Amino acid sequence: MELKYIPKTSLNAWLAKVKDSGRQLYAPVAENGKTNFKRVSSVDEISMGHVQTAQSAKGVAFPRTEKLFSYARQQGSVTLQDYDPNALPSTVVFGLHPCDAAAFKPLSGIFGWDTQDKPFSERMQRVTLVSLSCSKCDAFCFCTSVGGSPGNADGSDILLTAVSDEGYLVEIVTDKGKSLIEPHAALFEAAPEVSKAELLAHVEVKFSVDEVERKIADAFESDVWKRQSARCMGCGACAFVCPACACFDVQENAKGAAGDRIRCWDSCGFALFTLHTSGHNPRGTQSQRWRQRLLHKFSYMPRRLAVRGCTGCGRCSRACPVDMNLSEHLKELESIHRTS
Amino acid sequence: MSTEFEPKILAFVCNWCTYAGADLTGTSRIKYASNVKIVRFPCTGRIDFMLLLKAFAGGADGVIVSGCHPNDCHYTSGNFHARRRWMLFRGLLDFLGIDVRRIQFSWVSAAEGAKWAEVVNKTVADVRELGPYSEYKKAAEFLAGNEDVLLKEQEVAQ
Amino acid sequence: MNELRSKVKELLGSNALELFIGYERGTRLPRPLLAASAEDADRLIFDEYCTGNLAVYLTRKDLVGGKKTGIAASYYAMRNICRLLDENQLQEGAIKIFGLTPEGTLKAFDTIADVRRYLQETPAPSKQVEDEWVQEIDAMPAAERWKFWTSELSKCFKCYACRAACPMCYCTKCIVEVNRPQWVQPWAATLSNMEWQINRVMHMAGRCADCGACGTACPLGIPVHIIAHKMAEMVRQSFGEPAGKGAVLSTFNPNDEENFIR
Repeated sequence: MELKYIPKTSLNAWLAKVKDSGRQLYAPVAENGKTNFKRVSSVDEISMGHVQTAQSAKGVAFPRTEKLFSYARQQGSVTLQDYDPNALPSTVVFGLHPCDAAAFKPLSGIFGWDTQDKPFSERMQRVTLVSLSCSKCDAFCFCTSVGGSPGNADGSDILLTAVSDEGYLVEIVTDKGKSLIEPHAALFEAAPEVSKAELLAHVEVKFSVDEVERKIADAFESDVWKRQSARCMGCGACAFVCPACACFDVQENAKGAAGDRIRCWDSCGFALFTLHTSGHNPRGTQSQRWRQRLLHKFSYMPRRLAVRGCTGCGRCSRACPVDMNLSEHLKELESIHRTS
Repeated sequence: MSTEFEPKILAFVCNWCTYAGADLTGTSRIKYASNVKIVRFPCTGRIDFMLLLKAFAGGADGVIVSGCHPNDCHYTSGNFHARRRWMLFRGLLDFLGIDVRRIQFSWVSAAEGAKWAEVVNKTVADVRELGPYSEYKKAAEFLAGNEDVLLKEQEVAQ
Repeated sequence: MNELRSKVKELLGSNALELFIGYERGTRLPRPLLAASAEDADRLIFDEYCTGNLAVYLTRKDLVGGKKTGIAASYYAMRNICRLLDENQLQEGAIKIFGLTPEGTLKAFDTIADVRRYLQETPAPSKQVEDEWVQEIDAMPAAERWKFWTSELSKCFKCYACRAACPMCYCTKCIVEVNRPQWVQPWAATLSNMEWQINRVMHMAGRCADCGACGTACPLGIPVHIIAHKMAEMVRQSFGEPAGKGAVLSTFNPNDEENFIR
């Protein structure tokens, strides 16, 4: 991996050049007390004061609402306008944290399982992730408990780490990342001798994820799910802010003889998610849905896709109206007795 | 032919008074603006407020809602219920910045053919003055090939 | 705090209660606790920070169904409880209500009549912030209001936390979950987000306790509770204080006054 250094004064200049090279730039923007990734028209809009954005960056590859194709019927014939990947713009996401960058791996696992999902993979090909290591964290962060770290380069194309207030260590992780830097090499300097670990936030390890995964694999019938989920109100906030949640619904936007087929986010926390036409619901109670959420992330995905569905960003816990603190629940799961 | 903007007006009317009133307008050979399309309901109490929004989303520039005068409802109190609903609904739309000047509520009885013509003409004139209601329609047309709006939507989605 | 714990323990112990809906310490703020045992009850807290509306759990049949239930109710939760009783969603004998007076003392209510009296006698917690929002928005020209709300609601990703947090949103099938007809498009987009809020607030007309839980619940900080607050204000101005059975929109007064019907 190639290492470089960029002074803070050059960072915005570099981002502006990247943006002006015909790429869209997404970066954290603070607005009304919440910070979110937005497409910026000027690098001055970027805000870096946050610990975590309210939403993850997954929307660049998996938008909350996306048109899959359109159709129009006319006198017995149907014209189809298929998904056009050529219309997709090249995008650079700046300022996402390692937990968000890492989450594109489980997303790719799901959207690449068996069949490559065209919209997702086409978008992914056009996305370059310029991440920023965390120099601060909060009580909800638990990346280190799920195999990540505040300086983890996995999933990023470029990873920046603040060396001081003056500049950033630049790790060029992929060729995609390299191609963003090479045309502007003059802005970068030689990497200083620093210990990266010392520059990172200290994110406490809260539980052993291996133990959690061992325990919950057998805990399907445990009453722990009911206990933990008692206060869950069944909204979709946790799923929608999650960088690794990939559930979606397919809907029809029909207008007479023409229409669009639309894919939009869905959540396994919703009662309607598994409701059958017959009226039967295999996950009829919130505790069953909570169990599904955790087993999916910590049992089914590791087994089937060899990747965990959680990167410890803590957003679900920050977003939850009733404080369903995930790391706290996982810690409890670590110590449950095995049930047969 | 005039190139002047011709507003599309949708009228939601009750079967017993305004629809009959509009019929009388016709049989009395009173001429009135042809911009209006009438949708007949059993009663104003039956007109779901969402229909008004659907009308705007579908391209209407103005909406008329009309039924029996108070105390004349065929079902005794449907229009009283409707009146309450419109009071709150109109205030709510106004609060959200939806253009309430484009919604005309009225009472037109089966005997008021002339009033119906007047209500329609006035509404058409008012809405013509306001111009096409593109804001709501534009918002509704998201995903219908409107890539700029689509991009803006996605921008917010991140 | 200890007073509540011992009372709840006693009630759970004697089977006078089977479930107590209260608060426990949370990561940042107090969070709901559904206590079913003396052990659970030891975690109960009840102080001025316990403002979340717990009445939302009372209509959850999978949790509460048929159980003798106690609840630590904020002022607005009490309003909700009275309303839920009026709407025949609760049975009077089956719930035991504890409140916290503005002075911070625990108050146990024996009957719903006591609760109603308390609500009348006690000034409602301040809505100054909400009032200021409404004034500010009302003062904008319509085009600016449209811009403000479309910009705010464009953020919404339809997690329905506003619905989940609302004690009055107890429908087993919500309007956004039906598709014949499909009144509101189910995907997140500015207009369908706005139409969802219009539906939500219209369905709340005269029923909403104005507790603000919808706005607090929103993970994106969209001020949806301000729309509900505006509605509550309009209801009050047009029809007076809601009284007893019958929702504002399921009843009428022949003398209702408006100024916009020709």
